[in-house]
Amino acid sequence: MPLPRLIPCLDVAGGRVVKGVRFQGLTEVGDPVELGALYSDAGADELVYLDVKATVDERAALPGLVARIADRLAIPFTVGGGVRTVADAESLLEAGADKVSVNSAALERPELVSQLAARLGSQAVVVAIDATGGEVRSHAGSQPTGRAAAEWAREVEGRGAGEILLTSIDADGTRDGYDLGLTRSVSEAVSLPVIASGGAGSARHIAEVLDVAQAALLASILHESPARLVTLRDELRELGVSLRDAA
Amino acid sequence: MNVAVCAYGAGNVRSVMAAFGRLGADARVTSSPAEVAAADLAVLPGVGSAASAMTGLRERGLDDALRDRVAAGRPTLGICLGLQLALEESEEDGGVAGLGILPGRAVRIGEGRVPRIGWARVEPGGEAFYFAHSYAAETPAATASSEGIVAIAETGSFVGVQFHPEKSGAAGARMLERCLSRG
Repeated sequence: MPLPRLIPCLDVAGGRVVKGVRFQGLTEVGDPVELGALYSDAGADELVYLDVKATVDERAALPGLVARIADRLAIPFTVGGGVRTVADAESLLEAGADKVSVNSAALERPELVSQLAARLGSQAVVVAIDATGGEVRSHAGSQPTGRAAAEWAREVEGRGAGEILLTSIDADGTRDGYDLGLTRSVSEAVSLPVIASGGAGSARHIAEVLDVAQAALLASILHESPARLVTLRDELRELGVSLRDAA
Repeated sequence: MNVAVCAYGAGNVRSVMAAFGRLGADARVTSSPAEVAAADLAVLPGVGSAASAMTGLRERGLDDALRDRVAAGRPTLGICLGLQLALEESEEDGGVAGLGILPGRAVRIGEGRVPRIGWARVEPGGEAFYFAHSYAAETPAATASSEGIVAIAETGSFVGVQFHPEKSGAAGARMLERCLSRG
């Protein structure tokens, strides 16, 4: 198995990085281009960019901003938000994304996952799943779908998804720890890599979730101080988590 | 140093260009066989599926340009699918004939989570590089491995890497620099 990954996440709205709690009360925390470069220099294994307003505003993530971030990175870069078509995804890859993340549009039209995998290859297709109480929500957490997270993960695996980005809405922004039950249920349902998201408050939380997931998404825990990524990597090594040497 | 990055229809070449740009190389994206033939270093990047990539190379005459370069001992680098395309065949897409630069074939990864995505150590050396693949090379030309998977394969002036040096931070930059110094 490849080494566990720490993946800072830039939640972007109106061109700025924002963060809320349980998807609500978004506050501004910085410039995405600057923060992306800081995280990359601090040893991030990858970077994720999610345009959290794109679906609600009925548009795709902005390729111009994506390109400005991508040009500063020498690590993998996943971009999501409002991707509705193969053409949306291709324009993000052309802007420098390595993978695109789809969420609401895939729930409406599951065949979009198959089309993306056929055109871009599975390794470039991340399906983001936002769940509360084990049930999938769409449109930035605002709409129930009636689908169980583990079942949806299995379906998109069959359609050629390459990774699952699983966010617990209940844990999002709380810094109380990842939703281990949800993460385990999805991780056991598929043989794809799973990126766990929502709830990181300490190195201990991250170590726990890396027992059941292949990567941990980090947002609130880093935004006050990007340098926290450096100390977190050290603390995780002390906890016995094997991370890459970024030097 | 002049680098030709092959464009053949699909895939993201922007990150490969950015990586060579950071190293001060004069890199250009091209689908011209003449430019690929003339470059100090030719790069075959690869994202997407084997069948559509081989079709894209053939339609542009890049298959012969790459084979001729390697036959003439000119430095050539294949990245990820670019390594797999250099083999004799791939079992992807129901079986696809490759460029035949390297002996062997690409087969579906049979163990662990697939796609195999993430940073993994490469031996010899022990440095970690970023991988993202569902198929892997089986070849007697392997010169480095990662968790039992071929990480680098070489023949003559051709070097194929399964990982993405352009996405592998400082370790990847050092690897690309070594390729430039051979060009």
